[in-house]
Amino acid sequence: MDYTKLLNQRLTGLKPSGIRRFFDIANEMDHVISLSIGEPDFTTPWHVRQEGIETLRKGQTWYSPNRGFEELRKQISNYYARRFNVEYDPDQEILVSVGGSEAIDLCIRALVQEGDEVLIPQPAFVCYEPMTIMAGGTPVIIETKAEDAFRLTAEQLEAAITPRTKLLILPFPNNPTGAVMRREHLEAIAKVIEKHDILVLSDEIYGELTYGKERHVSFADIPHMKERTIVVSGFSKAYAMTGWRLGYALGPEPVISQMLKLHQYAIMSAPTTAQYAAIEALKHGDNDIEHMREEYDMRRRLIVDEFGRMGMTCFEPEGAFYVFPSIQVSGMTSEDFCEKLIYAQRVAIVPGTAFGDCGEGFARVSYSYSLKHIQEALVRIEKFLNEKHSEG
Amino acid sequence: MNKLLELLSRNAEFTTAQLATMLGQSEDEVKKQIADYKEQGIIKGSTTLINWDKVPEAGVMALIELKVTPKAETGFDDIARIVMSYDNVESVYLAASSRYDLIAMVKGSTIQEIAEFVSKRLSTLDNVIGTATSFVLTHYKSGGVSFYDSDEDREQRSMIL
Repeated sequence: MDYTKLLNQRLTGLKPSGIRRFFDIANEMDHVISLSIGEPDFTTPWHVRQEGIETLRKGQTWYSPNRGFEELRKQISNYYARRFNVEYDPDQEILVSVGGSEAIDLCIRALVQEGDEVLIPQPAFVCYEPMTIMAGGTPVIIETKAEDAFRLTAEQLEAAITPRTKLLILPFPNNPTGAVMRREHLEAIAKVIEKHDILVLSDEIYGELTYGKERHVSFADIPHMKERTIVVSGFSKAYAMTGWRLGYALGPEPVISQMLKLHQYAIMSAPTTAQYAAIEALKHGDNDIEHMREEYDMRRRLIVDEFGRMGMTCFEPEGAFYVFPSIQVSGMTSEDFCEKLIYAQRVAIVPGTAFGDCGEGFARVSYSYSLKHIQEALVRIEKFLNEKHSEG
Repeated sequence: MNKLLELLSRNAEFTTAQLATMLGQSEDEVKKQIADYKEQGIIKGSTTLINWDKVPEAGVMALIELKVTPKAETGFDDIARIVMSYDNVESVYLAASSRYDLIAMVKGSTIQEIAEFVSKRLSTLDNVIGTATSFVLTHYKSGGVSFYDSDEDREQRSMIL
């Protein structure tokens, strides 16, 4: 039977994600060291797991309200006010979703219509473009540059806006570059946004993972931006709760209520056990965040330093748990570099091009691995570079 | 907890340059701190963690609990000092337990050798009023490192995108 004609052409036309290819190769080989995975290596803090277990033991296994449990929404509201200085009404402005990913999809589908343009800074996480296409929108890529510390600049934004622009995606702290937007950078963006009638989807899933003195600034915290911003975040990165599949969207009631409608029909409600555990995380998990953040920070310093020493210039990432070193010293393309590296030294990393064409010349290296694992991988990468170098 | 000590206890092979990078300090500062810790007797040395279970004919280990009558002046210290003076004693702890006071980890080439050591050397000490010996069958974890190859140690994370 020929399914080609029956399948949604828009869907079949989407490119598969480029992140997983090297992971798949790695899975087929023995003794591979991978620095390719984009989730915490920590397990969910024990007190959080225990809360999940306890509610299961009590048989609290029913659906939750569509928006998510009221107590959880209240805790999310407290949390965003406490950590990022933005207040949301738990009854109207918060929606609990199945991971941040669902919230991104809901937001894009709630806003984007046929022909609308969605501005997507790249390199970035891979889901914004396909979700936009599936909603009938047109992705407009803005390429951030290493010389701008991979930040989106006001000039770039201004130049990309057309009368059809509906939405700007703001994926910071950024996967894969580790770039962050400081308050002054966000203010410059806000000035441009204010001149045009567009909305912003601020993907702040890595908001707890910033290093150095300055903490993450939510775009909704910039004056006049709260009413134009849908913040998406979740529990995966902050509390090492990836498998629980729990995230949320924060935003103006008219947008959240439409996202809720979609969520109601497609998902109904987020996982119940995960929500109980998440309440515990928000109530008593600030120290867990700090512990993990410090550990990531040590790894980050080590890995940036070592890449620098090897001649792989590396922009200093200030957020998330990735470094995005330049592989230009090798003279290879990103794909080629990653492929040769895995076959020659059995180290799996992800080519920068998986995150947009402008990722050419870079590779994403995850440091959500133990120091021991990272050290071994770095030794192998250095060996690879030296061998390539001596081959001339 | 002190981060430098924590890192060193995890892996003694970090170079001072690496430690400095991770801690955001200068290498000289790190070197000085390490020297100070040695001076103060906080850093007592470093050894290699060996999984003796995998070494053929490596011998056996036992955990020996000792019930001791403390001495008026020196408490448990004198007796602990005698116990720790034997080369086959790897570690000695004073425990807050109602049953036993001192705990010693002892190495030997055979069970008989350890049994003999306990009965001839330890039980006969003045002030030792009782011993209990537990032989180690499997070494699961030591020095914070898992010695046990299980599925849980393998990568369980999946690539999802």
